[in-house]
Amino acid sequence: MLETRTAFDPVTYAEAAAALLGLNLDPMWIAPVTANLRVLAAAAELVEDFPLGDEADAAPRFEA
Amino acid sequence: MTANDSRTAVTITAAIASGQATARQSVMGSLERIGRLDGRVGAFTDVLAARALARADAQDAALRGGAVPGPLAGVPFAVKNLIDIAGLPTRAGSKINRERPPAERDGALVRRLEAAGAILVGGLNMGEYAYDFTGENVHDGDAHNPHALDHMTGGSSGGSGAALAAGMVPLTLGSDTNGSIRVPAAFCGCFGLKPTYGRLTRAGSFPFVGSLDHLGPMARSVTDLALAYDAMQGPDPDDPVAAPRPAEPVLSALESGIDGLRIAVAGGHFARGGDPEAFAAVARAAAALEAERRVELPEAHRARAAAYLITAAEGATLHLDRLRTRPQDFDPAVRDRLIAGAMIPAAHVERAQRFRRWYRARVLEVFETVDVILAPATPCRAPKGGQTHFVLDGVTLPVRANIGVFTQPISFIGLPVLAAPIRLDAGLPLGVQVIAAPWREDLAFRVARHLERTGVSTAPIAELS
Repeated sequence: MLETRTAFDPVTYAEAAAALLGLNLDPMWIAPVTANLRVLAAAAELVEDFPLGDEADAAPRFEA
Repeated sequence: MTANDSRTAVTITAAIASGQATARQSVMGSLERIGRLDGRVGAFTDVLAARALARADAQDAALRGGAVPGPLAGVPFAVKNLIDIAGLPTRAGSKINRERPPAERDGALVRRLEAAGAILVGGLNMGEYAYDFTGENVHDGDAHNPHALDHMTGGSSGGSGAALAAGMVPLTLGSDTNGSIRVPAAFCGCFGLKPTYGRLTRAGSFPFVGSLDHLGPMARSVTDLALAYDAMQGPDPDDPVAAPRPAEPVLSALESGIDGLRIAVAGGHFARGGDPEAFAAVARAAAALEAERRVELPEAHRARAAAYLITAAEGATLHLDRLRTRPQDFDPAVRDRLIAGAMIPAAHVERAQRFRRWYRARVLEVFETVDVILAPATPCRAPKGGQTHFVLDGVTLPVRANIGVFTQPISFIGLPVLAAPIRLDAGLPLGVQVIAAPWREDLAFRVARHLERTGVSTAPIAELS
């Protein structure tokens, strides 16, 4: 696990990201948005913990 | 012909072809049932009586003049309201989209079904912008499960499942990004097809996640599903991901049986984290198919997580301008997820896409030794309407985020899946995913037809008075 993950502060992050994205983050929305950010962070951690070689190209457009 | 609760597309087309019924009678029967029941079910957001009757009359006149009836002659159908209907704004379950100009023409799949003789009778309720597994909608009211009106339909194609279960129409269209056809098919007890990514054109529909979006049919019989699927196949330059491959009809092989097919049950991720009943439904299907082998789809739990990330990020990108200018007009539950999705670092999304490539390759290796894989469609029967949490395997989890636990790893790599309803008892139905390799929808159809023929998979109309 990356050390930075343990220092993740979703409220600070959400407020900074909202400013970057031009989103008006109503104070009432901070709790549900950060709850979703925690879920997404956990999902990202699960994916990042899986080793992939440098040759594993992305599949931005999936073709079955 | 009168409104007959047991009608299927097959019986309707047969009656019309033999002159025992007219398209007008078929449409009138559908409209009567919608009018009588939809106040309680909430499946429809738009009923197109005048348009449908005009089409029916034109079809009847053509048939009287000697025209050959199409394969879906006189079959009433309805579509999830993210599919364009000429003259209506494509609302996609939202408040905001109602201000869009009316669609100038029907979506491509509507045109293809009507070219085969089917007749559109309305637009169907759905979760806002398809970011939903419940069938609940704060703007239009919730769709209710006809088998138990105080339970969810599942979503986001909730109206598509409810209209079938209530017997209002024999055929609907839905969309499936992470499970939105398969979940309501399971909860409402009907058949649903999420075809291979790129098989059916999405032209003339409102998107959600471009790299995961599929459109597909839902019905109460496998033959009806096949009739609709065959009528909708074929390339379409209007959808950049529609595959340039000819139609590969499945109807003619539907009765081929399952001899020679290598059928297995998915283990690991797909065998835990659900109610025992969900796995009992798979076991019942497996027994009918004599499928004793178990296979693992490697890292399926990570595939689900990666699908979750890509969905949130792509969906948020689509809606970013609306989130900036009109956030108060979203369903709060959708808005909060989209805002969070907009904030995901690009590195996380790119990693998920790279993992997607790896996972696809591993799953295709599994299909070198097996033709069809069975898995639960949902981890449980339909929760109660408004229910926010459930207990699975002793763990309390949020409903919205976890209904798609078994569908997401499959659509993530575009595999074709036919959701088949299973009734274990007199309670609410469950569903089984019949999963095939890319472009082998025909095998999923043959297996589902076997389940239907042997009585393991049934889709009765709900008893609504």
